[in-house]
Amino acid sequence: MEKDRELPANTPLSVHKRAVIVGASSGIGAALARRLIDEGYFVALLARRVNEMERLADEINSQAGEKKALVYQHDVNDHEAIPGLFQTILRELKGIDTLVYVSGAQYPTAFSEYNFDQDAETIEVNLLGAVAWLGRAASFFEHLGDGQIVAVSSVAGDRGRVGNPAYHASKAGLSTYLESLRNRLTRSGINVLTVKPGFVDTETLRRNAKSTFGVISPDKAAAGIWRAMRRRRQVVYLPGWWRWMMLVIRHIPSFIFRRLSF
Amino acid sequence: MERVVRLENFGHSFAAPGFVYRPTHPEQVEEIFAAAGQNGLHVGLRGAGRSYGDAATNTGEIVMDMQRMNRILDWDPDTGVIQVEPGVTIGQLWEYIIEDGWWPPVVPGTMAPTIGGCLASNVHGKNNWKAGTIGEHVLSFSALLPSGQQVTCSPTKNKELFYAMIGGMGILGVFVSIRMQMKRIYSGDLEVYAWAEPDLERSLAALDEAKDSDYVVGWVDATPRRSRLGRGQMHTARYLEEGEDASPLRSFRPQHQILPDTILGLVPKAVTWRFMRPVMNNLGVWAGNTGKYLMNRTLGNHKRYLQSLVAFNFLLDYVPDWERAYGPGGLIQYQSFLPKETAHDAYAGMLQLCKRRRLPSYLGVIKRHRPDDFLISHSLDGFSLALDFPVSKRSRTRLLQLLTDLNQIVLQAGGRFYFAKDSSLNPTEVSQYLGQKTIAAFRRIKERVDPEGLLQSDLYRRCFTDGVG
Repeated sequence: MEKDRELPANTPLSVHKRAVIVGASSGIGAALARRLIDEGYFVALLARRVNEMERLADEINSQAGEKKALVYQHDVNDHEAIPGLFQTILRELKGIDTLVYVSGAQYPTAFSEYNFDQDAETIEVNLLGAVAWLGRAASFFEHLGDGQIVAVSSVAGDRGRVGNPAYHASKAGLSTYLESLRNRLTRSGINVLTVKPGFVDTETLRRNAKSTFGVISPDKAAAGIWRAMRRRRQVVYLPGWWRWMMLVIRHIPSFIFRRLSF
Repeated sequence: MERVVRLENFGHSFAAPGFVYRPTHPEQVEEIFAAAGQNGLHVGLRGAGRSYGDAATNTGEIVMDMQRMNRILDWDPDTGVIQVEPGVTIGQLWEYIIEDGWWPPVVPGTMAPTIGGCLASNVHGKNNWKAGTIGEHVLSFSALLPSGQQVTCSPTKNKELFYAMIGGMGILGVFVSIRMQMKRIYSGDLEVYAWAEPDLERSLAALDEAKDSDYVVGWVDATPRRSRLGRGQMHTARYLEEGEDASPLRSFRPQHQILPDTILGLVPKAVTWRFMRPVMNNLGVWAGNTGKYLMNRTLGNHKRYLQSLVAFNFLLDYVPDWERAYGPGGLIQYQSFLPKETAHDAYAGMLQLCKRRRLPSYLGVIKRHRPDDFLISHSLDGFSLALDFPVSKRSRTRLLQLLTDLNQIVLQAGGRFYFAKDSSLNPTEVSQYLGQKTIAAFRRIKERVDPEGLLQSDLYRRCFTDGVG
């Protein structure tokens, strides 16, 4: 174990919250990392792309003048690595108060395209990886009787539309998994926040963009997530009007919905 | 993961996750050390978790909870020599020996702590001037060192380790059995004398004058205006002589000793803290302290009365869960020790600074102390002042700043600190307090008994390293 990897522990009069962000190399994850640092957190950044994270951590640490961010290379499909990594982070970050799961995969998919490799990858990253991490965190927080779980799902999980069946299914699965976690963990004093963004200006969006509207920046999304975290909300739509939009869309009867092309 | 627990300090002002192991035999202690070493983890020791700071937490690492090693191994009612495992509590100890006419020579303000924890902190009671610290009553102990060695130490055998492990905050080794001398008593009651003093100067002078009593302690009010700061109520107490108590067997009885569980026979004490919580603010505490002082000065002034040993010694147990009254942020205690020459001026300055920063202490306690021979020693020929402060999310930073400034006053006045109560010291301040020579000696012993640095705690990393192990 390298000593210089460790962050200082809390003392009774100097307390920092500590968050693990899975999927922190870009987009919402990176923006949320910056935001949480501004709010006094220490963070552990996890993703496959280690160079991007190193750059982000260097920026954070040099701006703060002290080490506040740690970097861990991790592929969310590597489920076996998670228990060991969780323990290492717990020791080096000196505690875990919040686990944020941002990792997501979305492939541009044509109307009649059925590509199992892409679909499997989508479900593995969006759902299976989330279940592996959040289950671990849930067990940890339940033992402590304290903690916060945040996961980025999507408005896409609210309804199965024609665009990308596997993506919609993975996000629907994630939203339902989070609801179950919430129902289990609320009684232990743990907050579970489901984040449902619409269009956020990220690499994923740029790859998939067809017709977009109401696009917000990752920083704006991070601000919305932080506000919901602070208020210990359960579900947050970003921007907020998606809540009403989805309320309508959820109630469109199937005989109409299956004829729509969006 | 199933071993992870959120561990708190006494004041609920600090919590940290740790992987808790509860050995019942010394062999299991060795196994835990071996397992920790193999996994690159450190081990922190914990007794009843009654220290006010972060002495018994070890964030993200292993915490060895010694409370299950709680057997009384040997007791000789003729000589008053007892041999115990480290997890035996002060409460267990006095209940075991009192009916044979003995009492622990030194006890802290609550009976919850374990003997192991009391030795690691080298606790004192309200009789520090007369009886010294608890370590002075230890005849010998055997300990398991992280290096795997088992050693027996006494004031003559392995002397260096004896004087370092007692007061060593559980950083050098694990006590596995402890032999102590108890004190002969001829009654379960003490004769207590109480009187009021109008300001800090006279409170300290009164305590000094009364120092040769068996017990001497003062409550001081840290909330009033400048000229009245430090007014308070002093208590002395003495053990009864043989024959003074006509029926000691009756006063020895636990029923006579044990604290009532209602107040005035009406309010159940278990819920008292809930009623205290709404008034635990600057205004409420000022009113409470003022009311208490006025009562002390009128009704309670120059009163002499009998009080059971338990009721006098374990004031903190009088209201169960009293520390919950401080609200969700909990409390910390700040205890500083000053030479008798500089004590008044420094304490007066400190109390005024607290007032100026609008962070008045809610409870102040003064005691008289004398030096001892232990390597890490908080004691000196002078006084201590213990101040309780409420902690909240909002006040934490300001409180740390205040304590940092108080630390400077204490250090400049040649004062000392007490790790069991500490929440604020950093390595620079610790080296000013202990001196380079003591720290070098401590490090040398640590290196010898724990070459891999296996035993650590949050307090150890905060006070003796640059924050990391």
